[in-house]
Amino acid sequence: MSDALLAVRNLSVQFTTYGQTNQVLKGVSLDVPARSQIALVGESGSGKTVTMRAIMGLLRTPPAKVTSGEIFYDGHDLLTMPTKERLKLRGTAMSMVFQDPMSSLNPVFTIADQMGTILKYADRRLGRSRGNRERMARVHEVLGQVRMRDPERVSRSYPIMLSGGMRQRVLIAMALLSEPKLLIADEPGTALDVTTQAQILKLLKDLVEERGLALLMITHNLGVVRETSNYVYVMNKGVVVEHRPTADLFEAPRDDYTRALIAAVPRLTGGTSFGKAGAAA
Amino acid sequence: MEFLLFLVRRILWSILVLVGLSIVIFAIARVVPGDPARMALGPTATAQQVADLQEKLGLNKPIVEQYGMFIAGLSQGDLGRSLLTERPVNDDIRETFGATFELVLATITLAFVFGVPLGVAAARWKDKWPDTLVRILAIFSAVTPSFFAALLLQILAGYVLHILPTTGRLPHNMEFVASVTGLLTVDSLLAGRLDVFGEALRYLLLPATALALATMGQIARITRSSMIDVSSQDYIEASRAFGVPEPIRVFKYMLRPSFVPPLTILGLEFASLIGNAFVVELVFAWPGIASYGIRTILQKDLNAVMGVVMVSGVFFVLVNLVIDVLVGFVDPRVRIRGSR
Repeated sequence: MSDALLAVRNLSVQFTTYGQTNQVLKGVSLDVPARSQIALVGESGSGKTVTMRAIMGLLRTPPAKVTSGEIFYDGHDLLTMPTKERLKLRGTAMSMVFQDPMSSLNPVFTIADQMGTILKYADRRLGRSRGNRERMARVHEVLGQVRMRDPERVSRSYPIMLSGGMRQRVLIAMALLSEPKLLIADEPGTALDVTTQAQILKLLKDLVEERGLALLMITHNLGVVRETSNYVYVMNKGVVVEHRPTADLFEAPRDDYTRALIAAVPRLTGGTSFGKAGAAA
Repeated sequence: MEFLLFLVRRILWSILVLVGLSIVIFAIARVVPGDPARMALGPTATAQQVADLQEKLGLNKPIVEQYGMFIAGLSQGDLGRSLLTERPVNDDIRETFGATFELVLATITLAFVFGVPLGVAAARWKDKWPDTLVRILAIFSAVTPSFFAALLLQILAGYVLHILPTTGRLPHNMEFVASVTGLLTVDSLLAGRLDVFGEALRYLLLPATALALATMGQIARITRSSMIDVSSQDYIEASRAFGVPEPIRVFKYMLRPSFVPPLTILGLEFASLIGNAFVVELVFAWPGIASYGIRTILQKDLNAVMGVVMVSGVFFVLVNLVIDVLVGFVDPRVRIRGSR
């Protein structure tokens, strides 16, 4: 066991569908120390999303089954702790920023309603309570923190009335409501245009640094890795193939798969190679 | 504000539909073969008598002028006189419509009160025994003709178990006139007559159940599939990740977006509901618009037939208007887009 805020040890997960069993994670280990910015990168199907869902306790069992390993949060194994204790952490101590701002907000409730509900039950799990007015004050405060210009108007809106970038900010605000220590971001902004995505990533990075949060960024995009992390885990076919400081990785990738991944990034000047030093993005 | 715009648009559309309906009804009534005047007077009447009645009813005027007269009467709420009862069609319909309206309202209430929870249960325990049970029930209720369900219920509850009355709206010895809304249950409460209210409910239960079965099955099926569809949406997964407890997720976050398809289906099903009501009313001797409508159709009582069809049509359009407003209320996307 390490003293990292989040430590995944030798995690193996298999999925059984229609009588067929697939080993999706094969002994994955990773560390997210407090206040660190870690990236988990890999192509679709590499197992990064399953890892994330296992950490958040969102795997549906069945079809999924954790066959071995531990997930330590603050020294406690999430996989063996009582469900009640586990639920206390989800959405509060560790929280998630969702990927698709268009589909991750409930279309028929206002932002205030949705954020208020999350806060209400987070408070209840933590044995706190606050009145409706205080709850709304907190909602407006967090919306302001994600650089929303008019938090009160935004909170009264339905998702359809907001732009993609604004919705993504709302999703970040939702994750920050209960002041988590660990933020897991699932490719935020992938569904947005590049400029907006850059703004969102910048905002996320600023927020994480301001508050001293730990960030686990799940992504397939090496550009995002470079922007948002200082340590990176590369996954392929359910295995962590390489992990090292982000700068080192771009400098001299060791694993064949990592090299292929870097080579696959398109360049503005034509061709596909990042070049030796990976200078221009 | 956006809701008001949405409402105004819907109302304007409804008016347009009603104008179209009036033209269609009028055209159909005038192209059916046979002479209403001759039918009304019987085979012994002389040609002169028939011609006089035709003159009186305006049947010998040009068709456009006849339509003008029909619309002029309609706009003042006057549907003409019934040849059969020799009373204004208005009075006949007013007396019978309340009973039908009450029956249909009770039917919709039953269909929703039972259909939606059944659908939710089926979706919650998908592919488990509650789901199988609900699906079998839904299929059976959908394929059972309502007159058959009516007869079964009548025999079972009325003649075998003797727990519910089988015909009419109230016991013969109970004197009560529903004069305010035409709905016995509402008017008896307004008058403070709890005894009448209780009896009215007892009499209402069987016909409403018979009529509700098919619609309930449909609503359960639609609710089930739309709940399952919504449950796989990202926003439900997100609320799970944020630690929103399951009851809130199911009954708030999933149920509200899932409510739109069953509501819409109800609007579409409503026409067949009115059609079925005609049959069910006959089985239970329910003094509604159906028995009146059928008698007038058989007698070729044109004014009355047009009145019955027009009133049913207006009813249909109004119910759909209400449903549209409800859908707009449930789903902000509809009213925000609908106001543009």
